[in-house]
Amino acid sequence: MDSWRKNKLAFAVLALPPTAWLVLFFTVPLLIMWLYSFAERGPQGQIYLAVNFANYVRAIEWIHLGIIWKSIWIAAITTAITFAIGFPLAMGIAFAPARWKNILLLLVILPFWTNLLIRTYAWIAVLRTRGFLNFGLEWMHEKLSAFSALIGLPDVMGEFQALELLYNQKAVVIGLVYVYLPFLVLPIYATLEKLDKSYLEASLDLGAGHWRTLFSVTIPLALPGIISGCLLAFILSMGTFLTPALLGGTDSEMIGNLIARQFSSSRDWPFGSALSFLLLYMTFIILWVRASLAGRREEPI
Amino acid sequence: MDDSTIISVRDVTKRFGSSVLAVNRVSLDIKRGEFFALLGPSGCGKTTLLRILAGFETPSEGQVLIDGDEMEGVEPNKRPVNMVFQSYAVFPHMTVKQNVAYGLRVTRTPKAEIEQRVQQSLARVQLEEMAERKPDQLSGGQRQRVALARALVKSPKVLLLDEPLSALDAKLREQMQIELVHLQQSVGITFVIVTHDQNEALSMADRIAVMNRGDVLQVATPTELYEYPNCRFVADFIGKMNLFDGQVVGVREKQVVVRAGAIASQIGDITIPFADQAEGEVGIAIRPEKVRLNKLEPKEETIRLQAKVKEVVYYGNESHVFLQTESGAAITADMKNSSRHAHAGIVKDDVLWVSWLAEDTLVLTS
Ligand SMILES: Nc1ncnc2c1ncn2[C@@H]1O[C@H](COP(=O)(O)OP(=O)(O)OP(=O)(O)O)[C@@H](O)[C@H]1O
Ligand SMILES: [Mg+2]
Repeated sequence: MDSWRKNKLAFAVLALPPTAWLVLFFTVPLLIMWLYSFAERGPQGQIYLAVNFANYVRAIEWIHLGIIWKSIWIAAITTAITFAIGFPLAMGIAFAPARWKNILLLLVILPFWTNLLIRTYAWIAVLRTRGFLNFGLEWMHEKLSAFSALIGLPDVMGEFQALELLYNQKAVVIGLVYVYLPFLVLPIYATLEKLDKSYLEASLDLGAGHWRTLFSVTIPLALPGIISGCLLAFILSMGTFLTPALLGGTDSEMIGNLIARQFSSSRDWPFGSALSFLLLYMTFIILWVRASLAGRREEPI
Repeated sequence: MDDSTIISVRDVTKRFGSSVLAVNRVSLDIKRGEFFALLGPSGCGKTTLLRILAGFETPSEGQVLIDGDEMEGVEPNKRPVNMVFQSYAVFPHMTVKQNVAYGLRVTRTPKAEIEQRVQQSLARVQLEEMAERKPDQLSGGQRQRVALARALVKSPKVLLLDEPLSALDAKLREQMQIELVHLQQSVGITFVIVTHDQNEALSMADRIAVMNRGDVLQVATPTELYEYPNCRFVADFIGKMNLFDGQVVGVREKQVVVRAGAIASQIGDITIPFADQAEGEVGIAIRPEKVRLNKLEPKEETIRLQAKVKEVVYYGNESHVFLQTESGAAITADMKNSSRHAHAGIVKDDVLWVSWLAEDTLVLTS
């Protein structure tokens, strides 16, 4: 099986196209952006190559730090909620009867088959003041009032007030949880699926209840998958652009939107590049911390 | 059921879906303090039966009583039994000590008592030095001891072991067989062990239940099983057997007269001591080590016939001689190589006298 390793020529031929693709469309653009991040912006948005750190200094001004901090905060809340929903979901799928598993997994991945933009617009239709959610709530409110009138209670419910669900940070979090749920569920599902079920049976056999087994055995053993899933959800939602742009209000601009603005209306590519690299560095730091934590776990004690 | 019974299995059936019948109307009683083995080929339902006892599978029909208590609806964590899993299932994220203490911690045993019982349990399997190690720093045999200690520390009424030795190499397996028996004798807990290895079952167990395709065919002591198997399957599965199809041609008091089809032309009708009822088609069987080979016709009152040596296979301590009669029947004889030149006289194509005692012959009615 390892003979292909010895066949250097075949290996090179096979590896060349993807490598060329990656270098051409990923590494080179990244390099250009890196150069831009040290450049200067001309009065009409021109890019003058230079070596100065002004863009980075600007990126950590208070106003921008605030946006970065908010992005981290929104990403953290999103990750927490996604985990609260996604972990039980992943467990449900992993422990479901074999013939259900694939169908359930398909349901989790199904949203990917439609464009994200369309799905986000669908959330607008659900969340807006005259959207499906408020219609549903109004209908329930009506029925409840009618019912309380019927049994002679005074009208305590009052007029129905449509909830302000759209164009704020809550809407952004709802949208992000929805978008990144599969990214969290799949790695956790994968570790739970591989987990030898006899560990859980051994725990029950030794007298532990189901909750105790969950916290003392299942979660510790699924930790690599849980960390991967949460990091994925966190990193992806921190850099997100579309969801806050469509569902957020004036108070919910995230770092992704700030970057997008530099490349569009502000026409300040050097500053946009610097912000992009800041985001990239933060991601690297998170991954590095994770890798070194994982490394320490492996070490014998 | 009397007081000496610790586990009573009554008419237990287990189906998976509509097509798989894993356990078929099994009834057995396991005695207190006994070393009991469930033996059978792969897929015969041994593990399923053990998991029913542990509470991981619910029987489709029938009941299980442990120490007199009906187990229906009793969760695995509430049963007075503990299990050693085939994969050992030693928690990889805990040290040896934490593994052994786990079962006591989850039931809120006082700290001092945990400490003392864990030490005692680790000492019992000679693992005191390894207490602070993680499972991935242990050998297979040591991991198995952890699984044993972890189950025994709970002082269960019954210890269930699913193929505990199958992952060990041959030398270690033999050593662990002896250790398991000593351990069982010293703790005095009932052991129920699942195995597909007949030697393991014969050498360790007080009593053995032989299973095939979900049925328990015979429950007996090792000697009874070996010397008096009650059916062709058991005869063939435990040890080796020369088996001939035959018929009952006459019944006398405590004796049957049978005609063994393939060799009847040479030995005629033979009379065998037999206490049970028998008629019609039967199996006639003789163990290879009870067969003797001679160059000259033996003089004693034995069943005897002539056959040609087809092959001699040498195993060091013994040799297996494969013979064939003129009518085409195959017979195997195992010879002890009790002296250096014991097997030297027998070579391929020799025509020898094959003989055995009537009282060693088995009549198998099913
Ligand atoms: N969860 C299950 N679902 C469906 N069929 C099952 C299940 N568990 C076991 N079986 C079937 O039941 C039968 C008995 O299985 P069991 O595991 O008890 O065999 P075993 O005697 O332990 O075999 P082995 O020596 O290979 O472990 C087999 O045919 C198996 O395929
Ligand atoms: Mg099995």
